[in-house]
Amino acid sequence: MSRHTLSVLVEDKPGVLTRVASLFARRAFNINSLAVGPTEVPGMSRMTVVVDADGDLIEQVTKQLNKLVNVIKIVELTSESSVQRDHILVKVRADAATRLQVTQAADLFRASVVDVSTDSVVIEATGHPEKLTALLSVLEPFGIREIVQSGTLAVGRGSRSMSDRALRSA
Amino acid sequence: MSKGSPISPSLMATKSAGAPKAPERADRTADAGVEHAAAVSPVLGPNNVVPPTVMTGSQAIVRSLEELGVDDIFGLPGGAILPTYDPLMASRMNHVLVRHEQGAGHAAQGYAMVTGRVGVCIATSGPGATNLVTAIMDAHMDSVPLVAITGQVSSGVIGTDAFQEADIVGITMPITKHSFLVTNPNDIPHVMAEAFHLASTGRPGPVLVDVAKDAQQGQMTFSWPPKIDLPGYRPVVRGHNKQVREAAKLIAAASKPVLYVGGGVVKAHASAELRELAEITGAPVVTTLMARGVFPDSHPQHVGMPGMHGTVSAVTALQQSDLLITLGARFDDRVTGVLKTFAPNAKVIHADIDPAEISKNRTADVPIVGSVKEIIPELTEAVKTQFAASGKPDLENWWTFLNNLKDTYPLGWTEPEDGLTAPQRVIERIGALTGPEGIYVAGVGQHQMWAAQFIKYERPHAWLNSGGAGTMGYAVPAAMGAKVGAPDRVVWAIDGDGCFQMTNQELATCAINKIPIKVAIINNSSLGMVRQWQTLFYEGRYSNTDLNTGHETVRIPDFVKLGEAYGCASFRCERAEDIDATIQKALEINDRPVVIDFVVSPDSMVWPMVPAGVSNDQIQVARNMTPEWEEED
Repeated sequence: MSRHTLSVLVEDKPGVLTRVASLFARRAFNINSLAVGPTEVPGMSRMTVVVDADGDLIEQVTKQLNKLVNVIKIVELTSESSVQRDHILVKVRADAATRLQVTQAADLFRASVVDVSTDSVVIEATGHPEKLTALLSVLEPFGIREIVQSGTLAVGRGSRSMSDRALRSA
Repeated sequence: MSKGSPISPSLMATKSAGAPKAPERADRTADAGVEHAAAVSPVLGPNNVVPPTVMTGSQAIVRSLEELGVDDIFGLPGGAILPTYDPLMASRMNHVLVRHEQGAGHAAQGYAMVTGRVGVCIATSGPGATNLVTAIMDAHMDSVPLVAITGQVSSGVIGTDAFQEADIVGITMPITKHSFLVTNPNDIPHVMAEAFHLASTGRPGPVLVDVAKDAQQGQMTFSWPPKIDLPGYRPVVRGHNKQVREAAKLIAAASKPVLYVGGGVVKAHASAELRELAEITGAPVVTTLMARGVFPDSHPQHVGMPGMHGTVSAVTALQQSDLLITLGARFDDRVTGVLKTFAPNAKVIHADIDPAEISKNRTADVPIVGSVKEIIPELTEAVKTQFAASGKPDLENWWTFLNNLKDTYPLGWTEPEDGLTAPQRVIERIGALTGPEGIYVAGVGQHQMWAAQFIKYERPHAWLNSGGAGTMGYAVPAAMGAKVGAPDRVVWAIDGDGCFQMTNQELATCAINKIPIKVAIINNSSLGMVRQWQTLFYEGRYSNTDLNTGHETVRIPDFVKLGEAYGCASFRCERAEDIDATIQKALEINDRPVVIDFVVSPDSMVWPMVPAGVSNDQIQVARNMTPEWEEED
C-alpha cells in the first residue's frame, strides 16, 4: 500500500468533518492523518487527508469523497509537487545533567524549546514526517514523556491556488 | 402562533401577491420529463414567483412542498413535527396518514418508482424518525428519489437527550445522499428546494430534512423560487464524446456482446432509447432485478434476468461475453457471483451517472459518466456511424448459442410432491390475468424471485422491489404508494407470509383512504428463502423458519380474518384449480383492498440458482443439476 495526500476543499458546514470521517470508516478506507482548518475564502475549509491505499482504492476514495455534497474539490498532492509538513510537540525528560544535550539535539533539527521545567523540556518541531521521526529517535534515549502531533498539512508548490480554481469552476 | 382559522399558506401568499402570476418557466408538461425541467431551473416545480411573505417556518415547509409541485405525502405526526401538520391540514396536497413510519417511507418509495417523481414522507423526531431509517436505507441502495422530513426537538435542547430526541442526521448520514438540519426558519425554502434537487438529479437518492421545532414555529420571510447553493454538487449528465466513440468501436469489434441493463435505465426513463440501441446492435439484452420491464420480456433479443436466480441464458450470456455494454448497472454481487470469475473474457463499457460505480467492482475498459438518457442515443448514433464504416459484426453464432440455451433451459418449475399448490403457478397466473399494465410490488425472498421470473414485464415502472437492501415488509406499503401514484393501474403486492407480517398494518391506511391494492400472500408457512438455504446448505435443519401460517398448521395469524379485520375483501385459495377464479374475483373488486391467502407448498425452491461464493459458471437449473455446456467452436 502506498501513501497518498489528498487536499479536500469543503464547505464550512456543520457535520462536514463527520461526513468525511464516517465515509472513510464505513468504506473501510484507512486514514493515516487528517487536518482541517479555515482557508482564505470565507465559508470554505480545507482538509488534508493522508490515506494508505493502492491505486484503484485511492481512485474509489476520491470518487466517494466527491459524492459528498459538501465536498467542493479534491486534489492529490504528490511529495514532489507539494510542500508537506507535520507539527509536533514533544515533552522530554531533561534534568540539569542532560538538558544541554537535549536542547542541542533540538537545535540540530531546527526545533525550538517552548517550555522548561526542572526535569523536562517541551520541544516544538515542524517538518516533513520523516524529519520528525528522526528527531524522535534522537530524543528517545533521554526519555520521551508525551508526544502530540498534528495531521500533515500540504500545499501545492507554485503560484496556483486550489480554492481559486475551485471557485471559478463552481 | 396564530389561533385563527387554518389558512393554507398557498392561499395566503396568493392573496398578498395579488393575482396569481403565470409560471415563468412552465415546462412541466408530460413530455418535458424530470430531467428537462431540472435543466431549466434547479428548483423543481413550476418556479412560480412568490414575493416576500411573512409566515411561520411550518407554513414555509408546506408552502415549499406545494411550490415544488408535490401532490402526495405519506406521514404520521408527533410532538416535534406537530407545528407543520397544522398548515398541512389546509393544503391542497394529499397527506396519507400511515400506521407506522416505515410504511410512509416505503410508500414514498413506491410512489417515486411508478411516477418518477420525488416521494415525500414525514415523521416526528426520535422513534418517528428512526422508524424511517429502513426505508431511507432501502431508497439509498436502490437509488430512489425520496425526501424525508422529520421534526427535531427545539434547537435549544438539541444535545441534551431531550424527550424523543435522536440524532437522525447522524444516524442516517451513511444512508442518505445528503441531509440537512434546519434550525433557522429562513433556511427552509432553499433547503427544501436543494433537497428536492439533490434527490431527483444525478443518481437519485434519499435526502433527509430534519427541522427543529422552534424553526417550525418561528417567523420567517418566504419567497420563491429560492437560490440553490450547492457548489460541491455538479452531476455530469452528458457522456464524453470520445468515450462514446470508443464504446462504438468496441461494439463493432465484438462477436459476443451483451447489453447488461440495470435500474439506472428505468430511473432515467430511457427504455425507448435502449430499445433502439439494442435493435441497432442486435446484441442480447439482460435486465437485472432492478431493470425488469425496461426492455420487453417478449422481445426476441431479451435473454432474461442475470444473477443468483437468473436464467441460464442470461447468466451464461454474461459469462461467455466478450463485451459487456453496461448501462445503469453496478456489478452487484448478486449479479456477478464471485467477482474474479465473472465474465472473464469480456471487455467492459460502463455507462453510469455515478462515477463512483465505474470501476468500483469491475474495472471498465471504456467508462462513460453521464445519464443513460443522454448516453444511449449518442451511443446509438456512434454505433450507426461505426457500422457504416467498418460493417456490422456477425452475431449469428452467438445467437445460435444463446437461443439454444433459451430453448433448452427455459424458466419453469416442478410440481411439489406434497400435493400443495406450486407458488410459481400462482404468481404466473397473477401476471397473466392482470397483464403488463399492472404494477407488481414484491417483498423479499422466494416470492420476490418468482415474481421477477414468472411475471412477464413489457414496460418499465411495472415492477417494484427492494433489490439492494432486501427489505422484508417492503411490498404492502410500497404497493400503497404505487397505487396513490398510479390510481388507474392495478397494483399487486406479491408478498410472503413472513414479509406480510412485518408491515400489514398499512392495510388500514389503504382501506380508510380508499387505496385499493391487491395483496397476494404466497403463504408457504415459512421464511421460504431462508428455508431453501437450510434445505440446500444446512442439511435440512429448519432452525426458526417455520411460521405456522399455512396448510395443517394453527394458522396464526389467519390471514383471511386479518384482512377482514382491516376492512379488506379477503379470500383463501388452497387448490390449483381455484387460482384463476380467485384472481379474477380480486381483479373485479376496486372499492377496497383485497387480501388473498394463497396457501402453497413450503418445499418449492427458486431455480436456477448460483450458490453463494461460487462462480456463475456453477449455475444449477435444479438441485445438483448443472446445465450441459455445449462445446463451442
